[in-house]
Amino acid sequence: MTRLAFLLALAFAAAITLPLVAPGYLVDVGMLVFFLAFIGQSWNISGGFAGQTSFGHAVFFGTGAYTSTILQITFGWNAWLAWPAAMLAGAIVGWIIAVLSFRAGLRGSYFALITLAFAEAFRILANSLSFTHAGLGMLIKADPRPANFQFKDPIWFYYLALALCIVSLLIAWQLTRGRLGSRLVAVRENEDAARALGIDVFAEKVKALSLAGAIAAAGGTFYAQKYLYIDPNIAFGVDKSIEMLLVTMVGGAGTIFGPLLGALALTGINEVTRTLASVVPAFKNVQPLSLIVYGVMLMLIVGRLPDGLARLFRRVDRHA
Amino acid sequence: MLDPGILFAGVLNGLLAGGVYVLVAVGLTLIYGVLHIINFAHGSLLMLAMYAVFFLWRLTGVDPYAALPIVIGGAFVFGYILYRLVIGRLSHGRDENILLITLGVSIVIDNVALLIFGGDTQTIETPYASSFVELGAALLPLPKIISFVASLLLCIVLGLFLARSDTGKAIRAVARERQGARLVGIDVDNIFALSYGIGIACLGAAACLLMPTYYVTPSSGHAFVLVAFTIVVLGGMGSFAGAAVGGLVIGVIESLGGLLLGEQLGQIGISVVFILILLLKPSGLFGARQ
Amino acid sequence: MLEVSGISKSFGGLKAVDGVSLDVQAGEIVALIGPNGAGKTTLFAALAGFHRPDAGRIVFDGRDIIGLPPHRICAAGMVRTFQITQPFAKITVRENIMVGAYLRIDDRSKARDRAEAVAAQVGMAAQLDRFGADLTVAGRKRLELARALATGPRLLLLDEVMAGLNPTEITEIVEVIRAIRASGVTILLIEHVMQAVTSLADRAYVLNQGRMIAEGTLAEIAGNPAVVEAYLGHGAAEVLRA
Repeated sequence: MTRLAFLLALAFAAAITLPLVAPGYLVDVGMLVFFLAFIGQSWNISGGFAGQTSFGHAVFFGTGAYTSTILQITFGWNAWLAWPAAMLAGAIVGWIIAVLSFRAGLRGSYFALITLAFAEAFRILANSLSFTHAGLGMLIKADPRPANFQFKDPIWFYYLALALCIVSLLIAWQLTRGRLGSRLVAVRENEDAARALGIDVFAEKVKALSLAGAIAAAGGTFYAQKYLYIDPNIAFGVDKSIEMLLVTMVGGAGTIFGPLLGALALTGINEVTRTLASVVPAFKNVQPLSLIVYGVMLMLIVGRLPDGLARLFRRVDRHA
Repeated sequence: MLDPGILFAGVLNGLLAGGVYVLVAVGLTLIYGVLHIINFAHGSLLMLAMYAVFFLWRLTGVDPYAALPIVIGGAFVFGYILYRLVIGRLSHGRDENILLITLGVSIVIDNVALLIFGGDTQTIETPYASSFVELGAALLPLPKIISFVASLLLCIVLGLFLARSDTGKAIRAVARERQGARLVGIDVDNIFALSYGIGIACLGAAACLLMPTYYVTPSSGHAFVLVAFTIVVLGGMGSFAGAAVGGLVIGVIESLGGLLLGEQLGQIGISVVFILILLLKPSGLFGARQ
Repeated sequence: MLEVSGISKSFGGLKAVDGVSLDVQAGEIVALIGPNGAGKTTLFAALAGFHRPDAGRIVFDGRDIIGLPPHRICAAGMVRTFQITQPFAKITVRENIMVGAYLRIDDRSKARDRAEAVAAQVGMAAQLDRFGADLTVAGRKRLELARALATGPRLLLLDEVMAGLNPTEITEIVEVIRAIRASGVTILLIEHVMQAVTSLADRAYVLNQGRMIAEGTLAEIAGNPAVVEAYLGHGAAEVLRA
């Protein structure tokens, strides 16, 4: 208990002070870690805790990004106001996909594949319809004022990502300590036993996917505000879905810190290969290396170490 | 309303495209039927085979059709080894775990391809690429007709192999009842690896037939994954007849979708079919049960 | 408390349960016995809402519960255990039992207290921090019992909680079940261990090939020729009598 608290306090202090002492690019890297950890936690809630493996979480991310962007551009909303609306949209999409899929009795691989198809359908729609500006993507007009959810200094995006990450950790922590989380885990471990013990398995899965949808959608809006541009492939592409799955599976599905550890490791490997690529001419194109490493880690973890990197921290994690 | 001539041409073109889809889907359904593995790496392995065809042509000048035996053989060996060394060893537990293993395989293959081949789009130039055959109102590209006929011939060969040869019978026995097959002395693990190899060999063939009219990039696999899964789910997981019919149906749906809804929105037909089948009849048209 | 009348359930033409009736009074321990394949577990699954019977009525506490999903039946106060134990493998015994406790308790620390109390009741206090996957057969059986008990049921359906246990373990669990009854929980149990049935049950029903062939006190049943034949084969009753 005390050791964990000490470690967390230390990590928090480091995270707070990093932008004040580190060069600018590290601030961006740190922002990326917290952002990835945040959207990874969305996957973790439905895929890790509730055990419903999704291959299409980008459907929520993209819904969030497009909802807030359209509300701003087309309807003139303030970005901060559009944010909760985006989360609501993500939750609704999660609810609809869950109700349809789980009513039809889809489980396991079938559920994973139908989420993939939903994300693909959304990507194609965003790529074809005029109100999403089709394949052109959507550009948010740069007007860097905090009131617009745009910041001149990237430090503020860093702190915002850090705050989001902490919120997501708190949500996961609450899950491990409460009735909802207990039920989600029971559903993951054994649906029949869960049912016999009075758990409405269908309802719990729907809750998990709706919550996951809201969180990933919040990440989508954050992304849109940070880069001021989204297009169908960025928002709904397979890569985003896989990224959320990977950081969580590698870090440790169903654990509080899994997505954060996975995001740290993925971003770390990414930075190493990027530096390598820029410093050593022979390694000009080694960037895919990070995903190769991650693909291998995914296979090893699923095949050999199902609890992910977080297993190494299990003792600490469990008695949080 | 669309001109009937255009519609006719659309249906024919869709059927022709569907021929290769059948080959891709037969490989997927074979692997599922025998191993109960949903091979998410299917698209990536197809992409790899397409690069093999491309480099054979580029480096040695071998025509894609002449490359058929080489690429089929190479794909079989690659699939066999991949199963023995990686997939067979890591696959256990829940079915989504096995799906995640093959996802890992596809991530590795896609990015290795990106690392080695770069992100450029590669195409093959053949003298017959722009030959057409006129059929009523429809103008059909010759390579697509060749690929359609060749696909169906290869499927028949595979069907005969499964029906007649001893190995084929062993494969069917394992698909039906793996414990029983083990009891009568069939080396089930070897049959698994062989079946996986054969499934990938189908991709080798499909790659040779696709390359004269198609292009390849490291992300080419993505385009085929959902198509292949849709066909197999539509026809019923593990069903050969289903894969054959499903492949042609999806080819036509894709072609007509493009005609009716435009090139971008037309692609949505596949995802929608996939979603509807899973929601309404997950056993597919020919499958007994999920 | 529980009135079952005329329950039938077929699987693909095979009648697993055929017009079965039984009743359980509050405070009783009633045993359901019969040879393997008699349809006992199928009947339990129907009672607990896991599959809907083709015909018949199930009234629990004056309320028709046919067609209710398992979680509603559990919430109404009737909970089953599984013959093939189904522990939540990757969480601890404490967390396993808490899943049950959360049915009626929202607060975490209260749910934990309840789980620990139930664990003590079934003799698992020392194993609270073990993982579900690491338990022995006896441990898993107790965990089934504990989880079900933690939901605060009024009627417990116990499906062979003693199968695979050694005599010492059986004696222990018989005591546990007796104490559960004393705490006011009614029990319907499927059991093959006759020593346990005779020492626990007030009454028993005998199911054979999907039909109820006898009911009554254990003495009555032991003397029933149909029961003897069901267990030992046709003609056995006359041989024994001779």
